[in-house]
Amino acid sequence: MKNWPLWEVFVRSKNGLEHRHCGSLHASDATMALENARDVYTRRMEGVSIWVVPSSAITASNPDNNGEFFEPAKDKAYRHPTFYELPEELKHM
Amino acid sequence: MEANIAELEAEFERKIANDEKIEPKDWMPEKYRKTHIRQISQHAHSEIVGMLPEGNWITRAPSLRRKVALLAKVQDEAGHGLYLYSACETLGISREELYDQLHSGEAKYSSIFNYPTVTWADMGAIGWLVDGAAIINQVPLTATSYGPYARAMVRVCKEESFHQRQGFEIMLTLCNGTPEQKAMAQDALNRWWWPSMMMLGPTDAESVHTEQSMKWKLKRKTNDELRQQFVDQTVPQADLLGLTIPDPDLKWNEDRKSYDYGDMDWEEFWQVVKGHGPCNKVRMDARRNAWDKGKWVRDAAMAYAEKQDKLETA
Repeated sequence: MKNWPLWEVFVRSKNGLEHRHCGSLHASDATMALENARDVYTRRMEGVSIWVVPSSAITASNPDNNGEFFEPAKDKAYRHPTFYELPEELKHM
Repeated sequence: MEANIAELEAEFERKIANDEKIEPKDWMPEKYRKTHIRQISQHAHSEIVGMLPEGNWITRAPSLRRKVALLAKVQDEAGHGLYLYSACETLGISREELYDQLHSGEAKYSSIFNYPTVTWADMGAIGWLVDGAAIINQVPLTATSYGPYARAMVRVCKEESFHQRQGFEIMLTLCNGTPEQKAMAQDALNRWWWPSMMMLGPTDAESVHTEQSMKWKLKRKTNDELRQQFVDQTVPQADLLGLTIPDPDLKWNEDRKSYDYGDMDWEEFWQVVKGHGPCNKVRMDARRNAWDKGKWVRDAAMAYAEKQDKLETA
């Protein structure tokens, strides 16, 4: 028999905050994954909402290619406010 | 290609030196991966096997308050085992392989769980001493270099402090009770003291993994440093309980501002590690039994999930 697949767990700790990845677990289906996630990751009211996603459904970037992959943003200092030289007197901008 | 490996290694060393984390998909030396699989899985197995000696007393806890607390502690240990297995799996080993290593005896778990829990006072002594020693071991791991392990340890450490406090409260209640109850607490301390001391690992001179592990920040303090911290922290707590630590050589050293302590029986330690402790067989039988007898449940759940999938797609 096949082993239970792996699920990634994301928890929103309170409304107003994003769901954050907090770990993974094994479960036979999505319902069980949600219930196991509740028992494993929110035993002390650490969450108000949980997402579970089959790990196999996640496509991740490859850190070996980080150089090329993130290169387009590297030389664009003009995207940052500090790039612009403004007079001292201009206090809040 | 070789130049490439040297470059990758240099980048890896640079990250470790700068206290940057290593994440699952980052390049890492094979030895780093293997050492982490060994240590994280050993840690996970210890949490899982660690449920057994305490599980022994859930049905016989002396009050409902004690029962719910012990049950919650054992549930936490299951949780800690699961956080750690999940961190370990990011290194490219499956849960089934990890269980197989535990059940075949290939992987180790903390030797402390091979001692029996013969009285209720053992629940107090375990929380106080065993969890106390575990916290000392685990706090530095929250800053270890492997990201998923460090994150799992942050969660574990947050939850451990309740474990130690509930244990100490049990000890305190017994010590404030009848002479028989206090004697029970002393007896538990007598039996758990040395195994707890040895839980912090072989002496630095004997520890084969320390040097490499320090370099990778998998260890931040040596076993002897951790042990000293444990002694210095625990002696005043024993005084507070009015109990005597079973070590005739234990005394305050004014020069070191620390307690000196006696020699440990390492012969016994290695015997227990090698499988000749009082409960090694019972613990392993319980684990294998749970795994084998649970197989039909795992299979049925999977069969149900597959059937539901087919119905949805049909």
